[in-house]
Amino acid sequence: MRKDLEPLPGAEAERHMRRLTRRSFVVGALAALTGVGAWGWLRSRATDDGLPWPLRRVLDFNRSLAEGYFSESRLAPTFPAEAVQEPARTNGLVGLAADNATANWKVVVEHPETAGQVVALETILALPRQEIINELKCVEGWSQVIQWSGVRFADFAAKFGPRRPTRYVYLATPDGSYYVGLDWASAVHPQTLLADLVNGAPLTWNHGAPLRLLLTVKYGYKSLKRVGLVRFTDRRPPCYWTERSYDWYAGL
Amino acid sequence: MNRLETKHPRAIRWMHWINFPVLVAMIWSGLLIYWANDVYAIRVGGTTLFHFFPDWFYRALNLEHGLAIGMAYHFTFMWFFAINGVLYVLYTFISGEWRQLLPNRRTPREAWQTILHDLRIRKEPLPPGKFNGAQRLAYTGVILMGAGSLLTGLSIYKPTQLAWLTSLLGGYEWARFEHFALTVGYVLFFVIHITQVIRAGWNNFRAMVTGYELVPVEEQRHA
Repeated sequence: MRKDLEPLPGAEAERHMRRLTRRSFVVGALAALTGVGAWGWLRSRATDDGLPWPLRRVLDFNRSLAEGYFSESRLAPTFPAEAVQEPARTNGLVGLAADNATANWKVVVEHPETAGQVVALETILALPRQEIINELKCVEGWSQVIQWSGVRFADFAAKFGPRRPTRYVYLATPDGSYYVGLDWASAVHPQTLLADLVNGAPLTWNHGAPLRLLLTVKYGYKSLKRVGLVRFTDRRPPCYWTERSYDWYAGL
Repeated sequence: MNRLETKHPRAIRWMHWINFPVLVAMIWSGLLIYWANDVYAIRVGGTTLFHFFPDWFYRALNLEHGLAIGMAYHFTFMWFFAINGVLYVLYTFISGEWRQLLPNRRTPREAWQTILHDLRIRKEPLPPGKFNGAQRLAYTGVILMGAGSLLTGLSIYKPTQLAWLTSLLGGYEWARFEHFALTVGYVLFFVIHITQVIRAGWNNFRAMVTGYELVPVEEQRHA
């Protein structure tokens, strides 16, 4: 037992206790008021992409920590073929079109060293094939084991991207209505694919035919469907869901 | 006649009271997140006995359509929760308070006596000491739960970069369930804790605010 105060007997103890109680409850009330004030302050701050700006700052701080820890050698777990859960669930159809007009598909590639080149789908798919069975994680909280095949984004970037890596990559649907921004390290992670097959079959329109992105290091909303534009850039690109209050980094 | 005696150190009182609103913020933002995929229920056979949570619950607490804002609050207040928890554990070890808090070999027996005593089955007074056996188990248990929330939380926050941790906890979906179950555990802890604080009375509650309690002189033997 601490001895910072001698045990006081009798009436003196009662008196002293009353004084201590008064003091402690006043301090406690002030602390509680400070907390309520801080909460009110936080809730009333100007918003930055739908979030009070202090929360955005913390998400950016969390991102810098995560980027510091990130290593491309750390891979998402993969699963055996029996673990695949069919049918592959879809969520989010912004920027897609059910017209199946995917013949002669071309992807526009832009980077600081070129004005823009148009790459045919066949040229992209001629890169070395890569397959992965991973657990896709939706920001909503569900996950599903799905098989994807296509080509590595890192190979795509090496062949069609800039010689000097950019800080970011921006991808968008052909109509520009859905778009994602990625940090370079996540884009060239060995499990990041440009996929044309899901569970062994060609992508249907709602999975992003004819070519989609697939990341194991981000929530599903970063895995853009129906890739129409790839832009390598040093300016942090916008992201569809970030403008709707979600985290820009969304790193897993 | 009463004597004034120190009971709870200042650091423990501050960390205890700070944890309360922080945990409330974590549970509130956690519910905003959980709403987006509210898959857990208590089922027996094919019958759902209780769904976490019924629609009226979300509506009453305004928890619908708040996934993004919930994540932002959750990933902000997690820092306060984690730092406060780590400081508490460090403090209890450095100050020696852990001796009063960790279970020892007498704890199982004392905890059982406490339960019988609180249910008014056993009439004899409890053995003297700052915390009885049931309290030692509860207060140590809730710290372990806090550590569990940190670990399961990290494992579903970074399931690729911390894949080893996620697998250790049974995979992503299990870890999410464990994270949720621990939260249900806090709510149960809270209900029992508040009940016991009310039963213990004003002198006991005041000690958690002031640090001091009035002790009847004839019970001074153990002080």
